[in-house]
Amino acid sequence: MRSIDLTKTPLRELNASLHEQKDGTNETEWEVLNPRGQHAIAVGLDAPVTVTVRGSVGYYVAGMNKHATVIVEGSAGPGAAENMMSGKVIVRGDASQYAGATGRGGLLVIEGNASSRCGISMKGIDIVVKGNIGHMSAFMAQSGSLVVLGNAGDALGDSIYEARLYVRGSVKSLGADCIEKEMRPEHHEALAALLAKAGVTDVKTSEFKRYGSARKLYTFNIDNADAY
Amino acid sequence: MSYQNPPTTPRKSATFDDYTLSEIRRAAQTGIYDIRGAGAKRKVPHFDDLLFLGASMSRYPLEGYREKCSTTVTLGTRFAKKPIELKIPITIAGMSFGSLSANAKEALGRGATIAGTSTTTGDGGMTPEERGQSEKLVYQYLPSRYGMNPDDLRKADAIEVVVGQGAKPGGGGMLLGQKISDRVAEMRTLPKGIDQRSACRHPDWTGPDDLEIKILELREITDWEKPIYIKVGGARPYYDVALAVKAGADVVVVDGMQGGTAATQEVFIEHVGQPTLACIRPAVQALQDLGMHRKVQLIVSGGIRNGADCAKALALGADAVSIGTAALVALGDNDPALESEYEKLNTVAGAYDDWHEGRDPAGITTQDPELAKRLDPVRAGRRLANYLKVMTLELQTIARAAGHNHVHNLEPEDLCALTIEAAAMARVPLAGTSWIPGQGGL
Repeated sequence: MRSIDLTKTPLRELNASLHEQKDGTNETEWEVLNPRGQHAIAVGLDAPVTVTVRGSVGYYVAGMNKHATVIVEGSAGPGAAENMMSGKVIVRGDASQYAGATGRGGLLVIEGNASSRCGISMKGIDIVVKGNIGHMSAFMAQSGSLVVLGNAGDALGDSIYEARLYVRGSVKSLGADCIEKEMRPEHHEALAALLAKAGVTDVKTSEFKRYGSARKLYTFNIDNADAY
Repeated sequence: MSYQNPPTTPRKSATFDDYTLSEIRRAAQTGIYDIRGAGAKRKVPHFDDLLFLGASMSRYPLEGYREKCSTTVTLGTRFAKKPIELKIPITIAGMSFGSLSANAKEALGRGATIAGTSTTTGDGGMTPEERGQSEKLVYQYLPSRYGMNPDDLRKADAIEVVVGQGAKPGGGGMLLGQKISDRVAEMRTLPKGIDQRSACRHPDWTGPDDLEIKILELREITDWEKPIYIKVGGARPYYDVALAVKAGADVVVVDGMQGGTAATQEVFIEHVGQPTLACIRPAVQALQDLGMHRKVQLIVSGGIRNGADCAKALALGADAVSIGTAALVALGDNDPALESEYEKLNTVAGAYDDWHEGRDPAGITTQDPELAKRLDPVRAGRRLANYLKVMTLELQTIARAAGHNHVHNLEPEDLCALTIEAAAMARVPLAGTSWIPGQGGL
């Protein structure tokens, strides 16, 4: 295992070393010590490596991740795993706002709570939050799934497109054009697969409600002006 | 004997003019605000209100064709390991695949490459046609993040973080259902045929302190190789530019209200933002106050039409200019040769701006495969290259006449203004006087 201590090694050197790893690298296990809230740790990875960050991180950890697994043994600042393409990012603690923003693939697991705008503009990423999520989550969410084991804040799924939202607890309010939808067998199946991928074994899919787009704002209509 | 009152000539209101009346009727009939492409059409103080003084007793000119007048510009010298070297200080502005056809994007790349300059992606991601034909390609990083991915980021020669644009500072993009073809929908991860509203604000940062961290992330992902531009609309140019520098920009792009858009509300285009001419001096002042003029490069856009406009922008302190609308016209947009087809769309050549409807007879602002085929990207690219070369020759002609061996040596002292408004905005004297309004003294 390569161990990099960010009190001794500059961030630039860490990310450059990680970018040198290509598909088939035999340096697959990395740990980052003393992250101390630094921003942009392990961003732009493009190889099947596993990076364990031992502590809390600042903004944009694992941003634009491809193929790699990044584990944060602490909490994450804003924009964790933003625009992730593939791979897996696990935050053991809480995540600040915009977690998983614009993500296009892969799996983001937040074991604690996520703040506001979780999954904003998501485009294919799957996000599983074991705690609660804040307001305006899944705003303009285009594709992918957001699974919340706890509660959701105000205006969930405002202006949502085709993303699927599954919430086990309460939803404080739904945003414009977001409605509760029927959980059909295929949704139970898809949710079960997501929970299994995230290592969640102690909840049943029947405990969740599904939310998605009413598709009423997809084309302009002056009589919907209140919602614009 | 019959007596008639003398007739009164029918008088139309200056306030309720024909255009205004037609807009009221249109709104009443359709229940939707007017959406259109292009930039502000109202008359605003512009480069036409400035003149060059030329050489005289105190300055001698350079000989055209014989004495060198360099036009090169290097963008991104502040932090980037690989700054962009351009042969000419005129770049092609960001325009999306989606708003433009793939052939039009390819033509822009071809034309820019022949002329030795860069072109820019837009709110729809990078197409292989565009990357393939563009020697220097700037990748826009937009609020919507449509098509955004790290592979394209690494393929780009520079990254432009779009905070705003001149046509609509504070507004997001629009692409109406008619233009969301299968390919456009797939690139944007959206259902086909819906009216698509791009976000107006970035999803994962707000404010310059956050942006500084976002730029750190983009630099880390791309190993500090690429110049990072920040593009702002002409809103508060002094503070916007100062904050862009603070956030870590290598290059700042300031786009005035004449700058075009693919589709936005008319009310936004005509009533929000400042004219390009009004933006340049405050932007330059911000760079000078921070000791960053010429260290952080300034690109000015919005209504640049010819070499004279370019020369005036450079004289006021810009490092380069950018063109969008003019580039589309060079490709063939609004060509009077298509007049009969414009008539069918209830408009005339030169006024056609319903680019959002996707029925462009020139095949440029469309996703209709039959219309798009009309634009030959090789020929259109050549037309753009010709136009860029003419602009460059015009720019050199003026620079030589003012006695400069590099176009960046043009300076405000080479200029005077024809109107008090332009004199105040450009901070150059009113013609025939030494008066710069707002600077004190007469």
